[in-house]
Amino acid sequence: MTQAPSATLRTTPLHARHRALGARMTTFGGWEMPVQYTGIGDEHRAVRTAAGLFDVSHMGEIEIAGGDALAAVQRITCNDAGRLAVGEAQYSALTTPRGTPVDDLLVYRLAEQHFLLVVNAANATRDRDWITAALEGAGDAVAVDTSRRYALLALQGPRSPEILQALTAVELDAMRYYTFATGEVAGLRATISRTGYTGEDGFELFVAPQAAEGLWTALLQAGEPVGLRPAGLGARDTLRLEASMRLQGQDMDESTTLLEAGLGWIVGWDKGDFVGREALAAQRAEGVERRLVGFEMVDPGIARTGYDVLADGERVGRVTSGTWAPSLGKAIGMAYVPVALRAADTEIAIEIRGRRARARVVRMPFYKRARS
Amino acid sequence: MYPADLKYTRDHEWIRVADGEGHVGITDYAQQQLGDVVYVELPAVGRTFAQGEQFGAVESVKAVSDLYCPVSGEVVRVNETLGDSPEAINQDPHGTWLIVVKLSDAGELEALLDAGGYDAHVA
Repeated sequence: MTQAPSATLRTTPLHARHRALGARMTTFGGWEMPVQYTGIGDEHRAVRTAAGLFDVSHMGEIEIAGGDALAAVQRITCNDAGRLAVGEAQYSALTTPRGTPVDDLLVYRLAEQHFLLVVNAANATRDRDWITAALEGAGDAVAVDTSRRYALLALQGPRSPEILQALTAVELDAMRYYTFATGEVAGLRATISRTGYTGEDGFELFVAPQAAEGLWTALLQAGEPVGLRPAGLGARDTLRLEASMRLQGQDMDESTTLLEAGLGWIVGWDKGDFVGREALAAQRAEGVERRLVGFEMVDPGIARTGYDVLADGERVGRVTSGTWAPSLGKAIGMAYVPVALRAADTEIAIEIRGRRARARVVRMPFYKRARS
Repeated sequence: MYPADLKYTRDHEWIRVADGEGHVGITDYAQQQLGDVVYVELPAVGRTFAQGEQFGAVESVKAVSDLYCPVSGEVVRVNETLGDSPEAINQDPHGTWLIVVKLSDAGELEALLDAGGYDAHVA
């Protein structure tokens, strides 16, 4: 059950901290990362009720700058980056001409003509090559892989604002969701972004790699009295799935369009041309044939990635993500199904180890936090 | 740390045998590797399994793990309480049985590990 780390596995600046905390490590996207410290359930509940601290330094960063940087970002990503003010971020995707995601990402507008793209670790190299090729002959815009300049910590959960506020003069109350600011946290220069991948309020903090350990320790100390815990990739996955956030490479890839993945809301239809627009517009006009839906199990059992979805005894799709949902007390998942089956309450079945277990299509997100 | 009155498989099941019947569970090592157990799939009473045959599965939040029968025999009881409290496996792995098997060949126990052997196996 244990896996020897290969020589090529990359580690974050917090690797020694994870070891010292007794984390169980796993391989993810070429990185050796903590999957859990005390347990997925504990860490998941901490994020929903108090706060959790994640090392997500494996995420990739690519910056695009130059006089034509906005035009370049507009052409290679699907959302409308022109609507971003400096200091704002948006969820978007790098698209193929077929309207399918090379990767999903966050686009930060650092300056009028300077953008930061935060991409998935497993795709960072492909993204960089894709972007470099796409920018050739695109005027004054260059892409630089700045992944090694940043460590990234995610502080997530309802107690996050008070924990972070104790360590920074940046006025967090003034920061709306999907905005960012620079300042000092525990005396360390940081970019504070009010974003996350858990469905809770929270922050993602970009710091220099050599500052990661100091920030990690300061946050844990400040947060422990109110229930902050270190949390691993295991809880990150159950949290994001409850919040119905897609995982690139699992819930969508270059063979599924953004409309099939239910991400029409990140397509900037009015921003002008971009890679994949034609294909997406055609599909929007014709309608999709299959759609990513959420489901919950009716019969006992947990649907896992790759399990067959059945309707009237026929195989009609495949589970992309599935888990026990600790905050909901039931098993949930996502799957691509023919559009005729996409409506809430439609009965489907999941084949679990040779057994046909009933499930029901439900509206996503599965979990939505109460907003104050 | 592994109880001396149990015999162990290399797949991390234990069996406690008395009067020709064996209570079967999973080890502390197995529950630690799995994490929070949320569902246990168990066979019907009356089914028979060969030694090493899969008889069910344990699901944790993130993983599913097959269960293998430590000995050949017929399932005479199934722990129904696990439907409501699967977490008992995490809390008391060596005291929480999954099924009771009526052994068809007690000689098969020879092939299992004792506590010391199992401890070395997972070390």
